[in-house]
Amino acid sequence: MKKNRRSFLKVAGLSVFALSSGLGSLAGEAKADVAPGKYEAEPLGRKPLAAKRWAMVIDTRKFKSADDYKPLIDACHKEHNVPRIRGAQNAEGHDDQEIKWLWLDKFDHAFPDEMNEYLTPKIKAQVFPMLCNHCTNPPCVRVCPTQATYKLPNGIVTMDYHRCIGCRFCMAGCPYGARSFNFVDPRKYLPEQVPNPKFPTRMIGVVEKCTFCVERLDKGMMPACVEASGGRILFGDLEDPNSVVRKALAENFTIRRKPSLGTQPGVYYII
Amino acid sequence: MYNKTAVIAGIVAFLVICSSPFWCGFSSDSYKKPEIVTQKDKNKECVEDVAFMRAEHMQLLNEWRDQALRNGSRVYVNAKGKKFDISLQNTCLKCHNNYEEFCDKCHKTNNVEPYCWTCHILPKGSK
Ligand code: SF4
Ligand code: SF4
Ligand code: SF4
Repeated sequence: MKKNRRSFLKVAGLSVFALSSGLGSLAGEAKADVAPGKYEAEPLGRKPLAAKRWAMVIDTRKFKSADDYKPLIDACHKEHNVPRIRGAQNAEGHDDQEIKWLWLDKFDHAFPDEMNEYLTPKIKAQVFPMLCNHCTNPPCVRVCPTQATYKLPNGIVTMDYHRCIGCRFCMAGCPYGARSFNFVDPRKYLPEQVPNPKFPTRMIGVVEKCTFCVERLDKGMMPACVEASGGRILFGDLEDPNSVVRKALAENFTIRRKPSLGTQPGVYYII
Repeated sequence: MYNKTAVIAGIVAFLVICSSPFWCGFSSDSYKKPEIVTQKDKNKECVEDVAFMRAEHMQLLNEWRDQALRNGSRVYVNAKGKKFDISLQNTCLKCHNNYEEFCDKCHKTNNVEPYCWTCHILPKGSK
């Protein structure tokens, strides 16, 4: 059969049209749910906590030293089976390969936008807690090629580790260093009985970070670090003028990390 | 046609190699269903009926994952109206707590290697 360019283009054009219109929608219909049952948000026994935009306010005035933050970090890392790789007594001592969901650093590292040369000795000596900011405009979500990192309607930026291919675009995208890559199998650094057997671990080659405890909120519980803070960290709906966070923001001067980047972080600090 | 013999011999060799798995399959033992231990409590009913679970559990788990993680729907109401927490680790494995004799046996027989357990914790509570 002789085919000239013209007839080839005709057939190709028709095929593209058929695929994109009729057949395409047929394929869409065919992908119905497999399960005969239904899905519900209401957890068994408890009411889920809901918000239009979850946010956190950390009252750093009420923490005296790094030791004051330790129970919070422990609570978070225990709850989510986060291994302790930094300084671990292991042959491989991976110092720069640590996994952190909630961590501490000095003022000028946490808030590099605040460029005053002469800080008070108190601020200079103090450490500040950091976690994922659950940005309103999260660069990590924009760059993730697999949608393993995504934003929920309630403002939480979370992850589906099943989809993560370990490309680490999100780590390059996040301006806050909130994401950690599993360079080694994290289970090597966890005890045989994991701290929280109800929660999974991660595997080598995926990225992980703080989830604002979305799995706890869905079950009606406050985030683990908020619970452990004894009221020093507030958590609530930024869009509800009567929420604890909005009240705290109205009554106190607060700052956020690198606000000039326009990511609109959801974690506020009372200094 | 040039090189007729070589071309035809090539086609025959190609067909034989392509279909070799079938010929090998005919001569080996027939497939035996593995003897699995489903669960300790025989009176308990699974999320959906056995035939559905046997055929579709992987799709069901995928759907559970997407519903829980992306829609915040963490409860599954089955065809009979019974409610279950959506969780491989905390719902499925509560009953099916014999991983070696349940999941593993069937997966091994069918030569599939799902890597659920690199992250999800097996029933003994250890990694
Ligand atoms: S802090 Fe980083 S990881 Fe968290 S939402 Fe913002 S960009 Fe993403
Ligand atoms: S490392 Fe994972 S989460 Fe990050 S951008 Fe790549 S696929 Fe997305
Ligand atoms: S909100 Fe949850 S995941 Fe995030 S730091 Fe606090 S305890 Fe950890």
